[in-house]
Parts: sequence; structure tokens; C-alpha cells
Amino acid sequence: MGTIVKVSGLTKSFKHNTAVNDLSFSVNEGDVYGFLGQNGAGKSTTIRMLVTLIAPTAGEIEIFGMPLNKNRIEILRQIGAVIEKPDVYKYLSAFENLSLFARLSGVSLPDAKLMDQLDKVGLAHRAKDTVKTFSQGMKQRLGIAIALVHDPRLIILDEPTNGLDPQGIADIRNLILHLSRDLQKTVIVSSHLLNEIEQVASRVLIIDKGKKIVEGNALDLFDPAQTIVELQTFDNQYALEQLEISSWAQHLQPQRDSAILIKIDRLQIPQLHRDLVDMDIQLLSIQPRHSLEDYFLQVTSANQHVDTYSS
Amino acid sequence: MWTLIQVELYKIFRRPRTYIAFIAVAGLIGVIQFGLKLDGDAYVGFMMRDITSSLTVEGKILNGYQVCYIVLQILLIHVPLLIALVAADMISGEANMGTLRIMLTKPMSRTHFLLAKFLAAVVYTLLLLVWLAILALFLNMLLFGVDDLFLLKSQYVVLLKKDDIFWRYAWAFGFAALSMTTVASLGFLFSQFAENSIGPIVATMSVIIFFTILSTLNIPIFNKVKPFLFTTHMIGWKEFFDIKVNDANESIKGSIQNPQKIITSAIVLFLHIIGFVTASVLVFRKKDVLS
Repeated sequence: MGTIVKVSGLTKSFKHNTAVNDLSFSVNEGDVYGFLGQNGAGKSTTIRMLVTLIAPTAGEIEIFGMPLNKNRIEILRQIGAVIEKPDVYKYLSAFENLSLFARLSGVSLPDAKLMDQLDKVGLAHRAKDTVKTFSQGMKQRLGIAIALVHDPRLIILDEPTNGLDPQGIADIRNLILHLSRDLQKTVIVSSHLLNEIEQVASRVLIIDKGKKIVEGNALDLFDPAQTIVELQTFDNQYALEQLEISSWAQHLQPQRDSAILIKIDRLQIPQLHRDLVDMDIQLLSIQPRHSLEDYFLQVTSANQHVDTYSS
Repeated sequence: MWTLIQVELYKIFRRPRTYIAFIAVAGLIGVIQFGLKLDGDAYVGFMMRDITSSLTVEGKILNGYQVCYIVLQILLIHVPLLIALVAADMISGEANMGTLRIMLTKPMSRTHFLLAKFLAAVVYTLLLLVWLAILALFLNMLLFGVDDLFLLKSQYVVLLKKDDIFWRYAWAFGFAALSMTTVASLGFLFSQFAENSIGPIVATMSVIIFFTILSTLNIPIFNKVKPFLFTTHMIGWKEFFDIKVNDANESIKGSIQNPQKIITSAIVLFLHIIGFVTASVLVFRKKDVLS
């Protein structure tokens, strides 16, 4: 797999702050590249630089092997993007918006093809309605249809699940997986929703305060040995006493929100389950917490906020 | 580029706001026509009150040409506001809606995008003037008939024969198009700096009002800057209705008293348009889209 996006020393300074500071990363063809950071970490600024909405103060961006500043139009022709809220023309219908942006993307599609695109995002039945009557989730889906209408090689989705209900979030997740697995598209997806990234990303970049914290394969970052299992029992006090005198005592973590936390390898969960039954602990639920969330809290300053709130 | 212009025109004429100006022009002209149709003789009597003792005018003074001149004198001061409503919204309105973001991720040069938007604003301006011409000239010719045009200037009167008028209106509307395009380009420039349309619209009108006051004030210190203010030249259309006279003080058909003044005004307005659009392009090319 070749490198499709190569960013070196990217910096963006505004009057009073540096939003992105000496950031370097690369995205390989076929990756679902998760771009993680807290609000204000510099994700959107970086993504806006990738699609030329913002000019970098310093650094280089190469996409499809071409410098972005010298081949802007050629590169944008092969990119589909949804940047933050997918705002479109509210006084036009979904169909008219899609048709207009298809033309601007350099493709001329017959009406049936455009309707097909709307159908893929579940908007065919509202094709003739003006966008001002749409919910946020419907606008988001229309934004994605617009981003995909010219069959781009690289798809950039900035916070694509913002404003969506659980079904909408699941739809976006499935769409990203479909784009990657079935259509071999490269997808860069930014989010502060770690759970979402964890479920779709093959590679992850975590940034904090405009700086790269870590970049790598998702599987390497989400170490199964670091899984924290959350237990809810009928009598947590009794369960805790039993666990403290068992072989699981060394894995116990400080209790949070009335749940018992145990840090173990994911593969040990069945054994833990058997032992809990043997100890006559009446289990209400047992579920692994998202390992990315814990990793994220470890490596970013979000950790400081959690500590502050916990103390 | 052609696709971009088509898209921009499509967007302009699908917006309900666009038609406010067309409705406003129709309404204003309708009111003037209604008033003059009902009480036009009183208006003419008031207009001629100082000269009726020394001059006898035959024919129909309140004809379509006369009404058109009255309408233009009143409306061409207010039309800039209607132009600014659309021109000053061209970029700021997109920033406000958030659509500037999605537009600029499409494969097109920023300069082409901006020029297409400006040209679309110019087309809107021209169509508004065509609408004005239809209502103010052609409809009035139909409603009030045609006859000689009698104009009172501050020092003299001008009498234009009815077969020597239409071409003057054609040129006057052409000149008005240049004036209004200047307004559009100014609104367009201000549109780069804001993320809602109100600011640029108010700024455009403020500049026009401020410059108009400077242009009309007869204070010597301001006379040096007047030739450089576009507002001084925006009323240049009136020059088409000033005629040369021969030694016998008879008007020379088809002549214009001071064509050089019109040419100078046109050049000044044109240079303003070039300046405002060039500044817009330079600003926009470096603009960070944060909306």
C-alpha cells in the first residue's frame, strides 16, 4: 500500500495561538485513518489544511504524491470531504444540492444516478424537499452523499457523527467500513468519539494541543492486555471483599461510579466469569471498557481533566 | 468557469431574497406612476411655476419620457441599496450559511470562484436595470405616451425633441449599469471580511452615503477629492440629456453638451470596479475559511 497523504512539519499559527504545531503523519492507501483529539486539539484545523480551506504557516502536505500547494485542483478532484457541519443550500432540495455539487466536482450524472446516490444515504424519499426542512442527521447524510458523488479516492470526514442519533451513528460506521472494505477507498475520519474510531480505524493519530502524541496501527495501540472490565453485581461490597482475597486482587482498579474495575487481558474474561460464579457473586453485568478511551486518557491532557473531576 | 457562473446564477435566482429588489422597484415605480397619472397636472404646474410667465410650452409635458426621467432621478439614488443586498451577501452569505466551506473543497480555483460570483452579481445588477428600464421607460411610454422632453436645469432649460430622446435613455441606462456595477463591486469587496451579510450591506451603504455627501458639499477643501470619488461620477447619466446649441441658440439634434465629462466619469467608475475586484481577489486568495 502506497502513501496517499504525507504531512511534514505542518504548523498553523493564528494571532494568539498555535493551533497545529509541527505535525507530521502519513496515511496509506486503503487506510481508515482515525484522527483523534479533544475539542480544540487541532483536528479540524489540520483537516481544513488538507482540503486547502486554511493555508499552513509552515510545513508540507503531499497528497497522491503531489504537493498540495502546487496541484490543488488536481488533488481536490479526487477528494470528497465533509468538514464539520455539512451545510448546504437550505433553499434548494436535496436533489438540487447534490446535482449542483456534482457539477462543481466535475461530474455530470443523470438524474437516476443522483437519485441512486440519495437512496444510498436513505434520502431518496425526501429528494424533492428543501433542505431547510431536514434534521441535522439528514443534512449529515446529504453531506456524505455530496462528498461521495464524484467517486473520490480519498474521503475526509470531520466529526461525521455530530448530531446523529444512535441509528445514524451506526449507519455512518457501516458506511465507513463499506467504503474501506468493499470499495477500497482511503478514509480519514476525525472524531472526539473514541468508541467510533475504535470500531472503524485501521490506523490512528492522536493529537493534543496541536501536537502529535502518537500514531500507529490501531491494533498495536489498543493493547488487549490493557482492557478494563467493568463489573456490576447485586452486592458490590460483597463482591469486592471476595475479589480482594482471590487471585484477581492484583488486577483490581480504583472503583469508579459504583462499578468494580478489573484490568486484565481480554482473553481472561471467560475465566473471570467462571470464578465470579464460583465465588457466589451475583452478576448483573460484565463489560469491557473501551481500551482506546483509557489509552487516550493516558496519553493526552484529557487525563488531567478526569483527575480534576474525580478528586 | 462557465459552469461556475451558471451555478452562481442558479443560486442567486433560487433565493427568495433576490426578488425583493425587483418587487421594490416595481412597487416604487407603481406608486410614482399612480400619483402622476392621478395628479400629474398639479405636479407639472408646480415644476413650471417660475417660468410660465416667460415661456409658453406646447404639447404634453407629462409624457412617458418625462416620467422616466423623474423616476430615474428618484430611484438611481436608492437602487444601490438593492444592489448591495445581493452583492454584499455573495461571500459573507456563503460564510454565514457554512456553504463556503463545502464550495471551496471542490476542484476549482479560488480566483475563478470569486470572478464567477462577481459576474453573477453583475448579471443580477444588469437584470435589475433592465427591469427598471421596462417599468420606467417602456411602461411609461405606454401609459403616458411620448412627446418632447422638457428639463429644468439650474441655469437654463433643455428641450429635447421626441425623436432625439430614446437613444439617450439607452446610453443613460448603460451608464447606470456601470455605476451600479461599481456599487456591486464595493459590496462584493466588503463581503470578503464578514461572516454575515448585514455588516457588508451597511458598510457599502455607509460609504455611498458618506461619499455622496462629500460629492455634493460645496466646501472648497473637499473639491480636491471630489473627482476621485465614484459617487461624484455615478450621476453622469444625466449628461446624456444635456444638448449642444448653435450660435442661434437652437439645440443641435443628436449632440451631447459635454461628452468628455461622460467619458471621464466612465473611466473613473471602471477603474473603481477594477480596483475593488482586484482587491477582492487578493484578499480571497489568502483567506482562511474558518466559518
